[in-house]
Amino acid sequence: MSIKSKAASVTFENVTKIYGGSVVAVDNVSFVVDAGCLVTLLGPSGCGKTTTLRMIAGLEMANKGRVLIGDENVTTLPATDRDVSMVFQSYALFPHMNVGDNVSYGLDVSGMEKSQAREQAIEGLKLVGLNGYEKRLPSELSGGQQQRVAVARALVLEPQVLLFDEPLSNLDAKLRRQVREEIRDIQRNLGLTAVYVTHDQEEALAVSDRIIVMNNAVIAQEGTPRDLYEEPADIFVADFIGDANLVSGEIRSLSGDLAEVKVSSMKVSLPHRNLRTGPVNIAVRPESFLLSVDTETPGIPGTVNKASYLGNHMEYSVSTDLGDLFVVAPDVVNTIRPKTDVKICLADHGVTLVGDN
Amino acid sequence: MNRTVLLWLAIGWVGFMILPWYVIEDGFWGLQWLWDGYPFDSDYGPAWAHWLEGDKAWLAPVPLFLGLPLLTRGLLKSDANYSKILIFSGLGGLGYMVAQGFTVGISGWESTIFEALFGPTEIRQYGLGYGAMLVAAAFLFFLTQGIAARGAINGDVFVVSSIGFIIAIVGAFIFFPVLQILVSALQDNNGAYSLGVFFTKLSDRKIWGLDCLFTTVDCGAAWNSLFLAIIVGASTTALGLVFALVATRSGFKYRKVLRALTILPIITPPFVIGLSIILLFGLSGVVTQFFAEVFGVQATRWVYGLPGIWIAQMLAYTPIAFLVMIGVVEGISPSMEEAAQTLRADRWKTFTTVSLPLMRPGLANAFLIGFIESMADFGNPLVLGGNFDVLSTEIFFAIVGAQNDQGMAAVLAFVLLCFTLSAFYAQRRWLGRKSYTTVTGKGDSGTHALLPNRLRWPVYTVAFSWTGFTIVVYCMILFGGFVKTWGLDHTFTLQHYITAFSVTWGSEGLQWTGSAWNSFWTTISIATISAPLTAAVGLLTAYILVRQTFAGKDLFEFGTMLSFAIPGTVIGVSYILAFNVPPIELTGTGAILVLCFVFRNMPVGVRAGVAAMSQLDKSLDEASLTLGANSWYTCRKVVLPLLRPAIIAALVYSFVRAMTAISAVIFLVSAEYDMATSYIIGRVENNDYGLAIAYCTVLIFVMLASVLVFQGLVGERKIGRREPEKTDAPAQEQAA
Repeated sequence: MSIKSKAASVTFENVTKIYGGSVVAVDNVSFVVDAGCLVTLLGPSGCGKTTTLRMIAGLEMANKGRVLIGDENVTTLPATDRDVSMVFQSYALFPHMNVGDNVSYGLDVSGMEKSQAREQAIEGLKLVGLNGYEKRLPSELSGGQQQRVAVARALVLEPQVLLFDEPLSNLDAKLRRQVREEIRDIQRNLGLTAVYVTHDQEEALAVSDRIIVMNNAVIAQEGTPRDLYEEPADIFVADFIGDANLVSGEIRSLSGDLAEVKVSSMKVSLPHRNLRTGPVNIAVRPESFLLSVDTETPGIPGTVNKASYLGNHMEYSVSTDLGDLFVVAPDVVNTIRPKTDVKICLADHGVTLVGDN
Repeated sequence: MNRTVLLWLAIGWVGFMILPWYVIEDGFWGLQWLWDGYPFDSDYGPAWAHWLEGDKAWLAPVPLFLGLPLLTRGLLKSDANYSKILIFSGLGGLGYMVAQGFTVGISGWESTIFEALFGPTEIRQYGLGYGAMLVAAAFLFFLTQGIAARGAINGDVFVVSSIGFIIAIVGAFIFFPVLQILVSALQDNNGAYSLGVFFTKLSDRKIWGLDCLFTTVDCGAAWNSLFLAIIVGASTTALGLVFALVATRSGFKYRKVLRALTILPIITPPFVIGLSIILLFGLSGVVTQFFAEVFGVQATRWVYGLPGIWIAQMLAYTPIAFLVMIGVVEGISPSMEEAAQTLRADRWKTFTTVSLPLMRPGLANAFLIGFIESMADFGNPLVLGGNFDVLSTEIFFAIVGAQNDQGMAAVLAFVLLCFTLSAFYAQRRWLGRKSYTTVTGKGDSGTHALLPNRLRWPVYTVAFSWTGFTIVVYCMILFGGFVKTWGLDHTFTLQHYITAFSVTWGSEGLQWTGSAWNSFWTTISIATISAPLTAAVGLLTAYILVRQTFAGKDLFEFGTMLSFAIPGTVIGVSYILAFNVPPIELTGTGAILVLCFVFRNMPVGVRAGVAAMSQLDKSLDEASLTLGANSWYTCRKVVLPLLRPAIIAALVYSFVRAMTAISAVIFLVSAEYDMATSYIIGRVENNDYGLAIAYCTVLIFVMLASVLVFQGLVGERKIGRREPEKTDAPAQEQAA
């Protein structure tokens, strides 16, 4: 006996969810999650990502639009009748059942023979590295172990889609990295379709095939982690995925793919991304500002306000005529003291033009 | 065909074809009908037999409605016709049965309008029996399945059916009887509707008279009740606060013992305190006699009336106020008080500017609960009232007294209901959401500030003297049963216990010869039957309230909690008015007592369930649903096992409350089904205090035992944690 995958795609077609007649939680959202992919719904709290996930699960019903799993229209189907399973933020392990009973619960419900269900449950526990824990109670396990039981419980049903609702937010930082890698490995090895909700952009970048960034009930941008980080569609995404300094500049002229941009006293060439001449926002990653204490070098003049030592890098706050900039520098040996005058220039990566939403 | 529809179709047809349609004289469990002329005897026949005999033609449409669901054969749930057929069958069938039930009564047409339309009739019908019950249930669940198929509550048949079921029974056993009071209040003695009569009765001097302000004549019952309720509410709140402060904010070592006080009102029949007050302050009471002998004070009957009722109710309801206040006082986050102290406020300043204002909603809540309890109290005014008339007892005397004026009783009940419902409404409206209790999920590790010194000693004094008084009162109850005649002959005797509870071992085996055994066993069995029903109805309601959202949920919640605000006497009167005649004929049976307890105590079960269920993470249910279980399976396998402590609490509490209830019961008992409390009241009215008190003592100990046993069971079992499996640790140690 082993655990297989019946991965199917998930399709949202113009789905809208309204609570209590007026609060729009999800507004006319469409997307496709391909079979066998891990897609993350990312966004700040209240953006509609959890509602979207719960609509895939069937715990919430769409007011408008269609939800498809594979080719089947499941829009009005309740959770009980959908072939999906979910891993909850709070683990949601049944405290009165032992680990084995928890994992085989879904199999028992679907009418599988007891001994067979038991075997499958053990298989599932093996997959998450908890072989031999069947007789324990959830309260006798650590947080990380509990979450792995919850994953096993969802896996053994071989669902068409596996859902994760902020599965790591109750774990401490070290464990978080470990469990997320385990989840990703299992998903890849079994070829599962998974939808994953988180508000932690680093987690999203680490586990996803694709990321759907949501803001204010709509999709802000969708793409691979690299797309989102390097080519954010708007100011919100630029700021939300990784840190970004937003500075204003002006596009002077366009030539080919490039735009000639004036930033403070400097001129740079950047991909124009279909923007026209005139004022423009530029997103600059903190590591893409290069500081120099030699005030003779060309660049934007500024003064270091604060300097913090973080072990493997330095963080500076620099005031310039563009405003206060947040700068990360890898050099922790030759640090710059506060109140030092510096020149700032831009690196050739991590600098992007962004439109006004 | 859908299996659930098929099941209810079968049940409906069994009800129509096999079981007797009308109520059977020899009781619910009697089986005599089986060999006594069934099926063609007109008393026992199933519906089809009545119909064939031709005397009950109105039953003909029932099988039509009952046959309709057969048409859903082969239809999918999502088919629009599927839900239409079921809704039409259910609604039509139920509607027809209700309309028909109210049209024809024991003596022909129920209303003069029909008589005028169709002329006088010979036909008659009795209360509905098993058969009709099953058919009605089948219609109800056809209706709910039809509604579910239309997509209500995600198409969840179990949840929709539960909501439908609760609405139906609350409608039938709370709203219908209470409405019946309004109807009766508007009728004159011949059954004709008249607003004039209603207003004449409503403005009666006995209700609203204000003579006591100017003369020595007593005031009207409404003013008396109102005044009494206000002073009882205020004084129990004050005492409750004092006890709560001692329990949480004093260094007093044994403060936890105070909590034992809260168990007292649960196990004390309401009038027992009144009896004990008589033993202390009555004409031949201990205190009265002492003052008469030592100081030569003339013994009077001062305690009968307002002072006596006031003292008795304060004793009875202070523990309830304490229970409310301690939740509030403990709920105030210690960090608020600590914050005040770090901002240079001393203890007194902290208490007056931070702690006390935060307790304000709790104070209002405790006041309103005391107010409602005092208004509804029946036992103490009955025992101690004297000439001080209050509404609850006036209702009783209007029915059992010489006047036997049901209309007057209905009007009085209406006035009382207005008072308590206003208080109940105010409580929910003002305080429902406005709570300053600041318990959050975050750990709050501070400690409560101690009481300021200038407050400490007054609070201690009041608390300890009141505790002392309470102990004396309960000792009186204990001793009163062992004394020959209180006040006259204080020799020790077991005579009262022997009269009430003697057993003899004769030639026919064990004989329960004591006079109290009959009512004692009736009480125990009625309480035993009603407790699980109360718990089931209460927890089902709690599940719906906590876990489901649907249109009209607020109204649903209000309806289910309403019976908390309806005084027992009002329920008693309304049950007599509503269930004395078809279509539901219950008076004189044990069933009416069971139903009365189930719906009187339902809010207790609901509260226990809501409190427990709010602590269960909703994602547990959702996890079960996404794993493919339906809501019925989820309820059974996940929710119920985790609610075990709440279930036990609801069981015990409703059992004990069924044993102590008096106000509603006194209207509903019959010679066959006499309850302990009404038997005791009968003894008191015959001035047989010794036996009454002996019986009370026995009841208190029976209830105390059951509460303690169950609390022990619950205490051992913590939610979600079992005892760790036994390891052979000692053996290992020895080996080492």
